[in-house]
Amino acid sequence: MAIIERPSAEIAVAGAAPSGVKPSEALGVFKRPAASTSWKDWLVTVDHKKLGIMYGVAAFFFFIVGGVEALLIRLQLAGPEGKILSADQYNQMFTMHATTMVFLFVMPMVSAFANYFVPLQIGARDVAFPRINAFGFWCWLFGGIFLNTSWFLGGAADGGWFMYAPNSSTLFSPSHGIDFWVLGLQITGIASLTGAINLIVTVLNMRAPGMKLMRMPIFTWMTLVVQFLLLFAMPVITVALFLLSFQRSFDATFFDVAAGADPLLWQHLCWIFGHPEVYILILPSFGIVSEIIPVFSKKPLFGYPIVAMSGAAIGFVGWGVWAHHMFASGLGPVSVAVFSMATMAIAVPTGVKIVNWIMTMWGGKLSFTVPMLFAIGLVVQFTIGGLSGVTHSVAPSDTQQTDTYYIVAHFHYVLFGGAIFGLFAGFYYWWPKIFRKQLSESLGKWNFWLMVIGMNMTFGPMHILGLQGQPRRMQVWTEARAGEGFFNIGFWNRIASLGSFILAVGVLLFIINIIYTHKSKKVAIAPLDPWDARSLEWMTANPPVEHNFDSIPTVNNLDEFFHRKYAEDPNTHEVRQVATAEEVLAELNAHPDEHIHMPSRSYWPILVSLSLPIICYGLIYNRLLMGVGAAFLLLTMFGWAMEPSTAPDDDFDPPAPGEGGGHTKELAPLG
Amino acid sequence: MADTALAHGADHGAPHTTTGLSNNKLGMWIFLGSECLLFGGLISTYMLYKGRVSAGPQPDQIYDIPFTSVSSFVLLMSSLTMVLAVSAAHRRDDRNTNLWLTVTALLGATFVGGQVYEFTAFYREGLGFTTSLFGSSFYTLTGFHGVHVTVGIIMLMALVGMVRRNRIPGSKAETVELIGLYWHFVDIVWIVIFTLVYLIPS
Ligand code: HEM
Ligand SMILES: [Cu+2]
Repeated sequence: MAIIERPSAEIAVAGAAPSGVKPSEALGVFKRPAASTSWKDWLVTVDHKKLGIMYGVAAFFFFIVGGVEALLIRLQLAGPEGKILSADQYNQMFTMHATTMVFLFVMPMVSAFANYFVPLQIGARDVAFPRINAFGFWCWLFGGIFLNTSWFLGGAADGGWFMYAPNSSTLFSPSHGIDFWVLGLQITGIASLTGAINLIVTVLNMRAPGMKLMRMPIFTWMTLVVQFLLLFAMPVITVALFLLSFQRSFDATFFDVAAGADPLLWQHLCWIFGHPEVYILILPSFGIVSEIIPVFSKKPLFGYPIVAMSGAAIGFVGWGVWAHHMFASGLGPVSVAVFSMATMAIAVPTGVKIVNWIMTMWGGKLSFTVPMLFAIGLVVQFTIGGLSGVTHSVAPSDTQQTDTYYIVAHFHYVLFGGAIFGLFAGFYYWWPKIFRKQLSESLGKWNFWLMVIGMNMTFGPMHILGLQGQPRRMQVWTEARAGEGFFNIGFWNRIASLGSFILAVGVLLFIINIIYTHKSKKVAIAPLDPWDARSLEWMTANPPVEHNFDSIPTVNNLDEFFHRKYAEDPNTHEVRQVATAEEVLAELNAHPDEHIHMPSRSYWPILVSLSLPIICYGLIYNRLLMGVGAAFLLLTMFGWAMEPSTAPDDDFDPPAPGEGGGHTKELAPLG
Repeated sequence: MADTALAHGADHGAPHTTTGLSNNKLGMWIFLGSECLLFGGLISTYMLYKGRVSAGPQPDQIYDIPFTSVSSFVLLMSSLTMVLAVSAAHRRDDRNTNLWLTVTALLGATFVGGQVYEFTAFYREGLGFTTSLFGSSFYTLTGFHGVHVTVGIIMLMALVGMVRRNRIPGSKAETVELIGLYWHFVDIVWIVIFTLVYLIPS
């Protein structure tokens, strides 16, 4: 319920309201926090752009945590009989590495982009449920922190990221690590669910006039598909997590094989969630490169409807392939055949996209900027990962590959080479939009090439290691059993470890690039439209004002911004520039909406979400604490329910200075 | 009234959305879509495990179909009263809105009471949460549903309080309708559970 414009008659009434009215009494429990520039504003903000930045910063922090975990794993395997990590620590390390990268880096980084750019791309002023948006962020952050405190409280989870039961029951993993894992993921799961509802409603309901579904930028399209995947995938893993925690905490029997339990129950639930999850991780990056490639090829995206629809097709078919993760579990020949075929089929819409990107570049005026390089990196590396995926879809072949490093190679090509390269493309592309300055291109090229070399050096050899039979999650190797010549696994393990450090230097250069760009006086403020972009998010100031658009644009075309800058000469059919970005923006701002209502800041999202880790610590350590947390949850939820999403001006603490108060804006026409 | 003009804020009138449905309503529908999968997972688990009784009673030894039929009927009737509450809210008839909301909550509470009684009886007959796979999955499935009904009752009672004190942010009728949607959903899920768990013999 973000924005409506109050009819001016009503404003007049409100303005004339007698001072005897005490709105804070009539409305919420607290007075509202007013706008401020202090750090506290970030705690109470409901602005989708600020939340996007918060998601991004926190997710990047977890990227570093997960990266250090990965480096420790590679150090352990860098030589024979590694002594860096004990077997127990090694198990915790790979479990938390994967969990962190999937749930605490890629997913929230996608939320960062989606939060920031989806409303801008569809011409909206905020998301549909701003407070729920803030709530989701805090749930995710608190869940992630909660999960990681397990390192200091007796050891982290050690069952692998797919946490197969019964292996994850207390008998085999008696520490609290898995309890933290289960509960932490339940909390972050709330963020995914609320985020999905919020973004779906935003995209369906809050588009600018004329922004038909088939005029939406592909990034918005892919976000929509992904949010539907999350909407239906999260409850499945939620059920699985509940069953496991009931088993671990209350002695339920779900995975107790002695009592007759089916050990495949967990695997099915896990992968019914897990396979859609891999598309949740990759599709947003597909969206990002589908924005970038046309811009740097100076051509519209080839086959826009096909790209959009193949994304949706992946979203559907993605539900029917989960058992390809279970080929070795004895499903029976019919199931194996069906799932094998379905898996081969899903490679088709994926391949279609690759063809579209290549056709977009074909004959275009390519400029190899850093965002474009990362986008091309995705196309190439993802293709390699997709092809090894197809080799797993062949069940007899997969029974040789499964649980070896070959699988590790596959999913790192699609996830690092694909998803993460896409995110980096997005960082470089949208950086000037968010932070006004453009990241250094020359440092960026070093960043890119080191990451490409590091990534292929780390994960390329894993194909060989896997086919040689090195099992995944193996803690040590010995020279005596390493094999001979080209296939000596010692050699390839050393190469992979070396590669991982090159990769780390590449990522470090990204951080250095950020610091350099923002500290150096030599880097000027970027122009309004540095890349000659095509979509609506660029039709705003850098960074966008709080209400995004002074007046909501009416959309007449796919690539609306482009069409406002360029027009085809009717006689010569030549495309000429007719306006600069500055002129387009000035024209849009010339007739600003008179009254803009932005959703008001609120204390409740952070307060409600704070109760969740309290409840979870209580569940593990002390039932009384759990009760305290639950009471806190109930009270804060009531507080929230009583608070309207938009407050009048005098419901602020401190009182809003004059007209405004951070949520009402009166815009005067230009000049 | 000046203060209501103030209080209305964003919820005043029907905000123009692309689909025409209000954000809240669309959001509730989408949320319920997700809930279908939650119950889908729990029901599947139960169906997988209902025959696996390594210890303790079998399902058909303890189910008391007549009793559960009556409590199911009570829950079904609460959907009817919910409809009446919604229509009263649309007529801006606060008194009847509150009346029917209260009746709905009471019927819901009767159902939950019946469930508590049923659980106690089953427990006395030897079916604990940890007794068998059947026990674990039965209590988990019906327990989750019971929690949903309980959450619904809390929302209904909160709604009654807020209608009475005129503290509903936004449109009253729509708020009642949203909670109504949730309530009907929970009822429908029960019909599925009742059929699959109790009526179809294992
Ligand atoms: C061309 C499309 C793809 C095909 C045909 C495919 C096929 C497969 C198959 C059959 C497996 C199971 C191998 C085994 O465990 O024995 C697998 C594993 C995996 N795939 Fe893919 N895949 C594709 C794309 C992707 C994408 C886009 C992602 C993520 C971005 C991804 C991530 C993963 C992950 C993480 C695993 C390993 C899960 C685990 O066991 O921990 N795949 N893939
Ligand atoms: Cu899969």
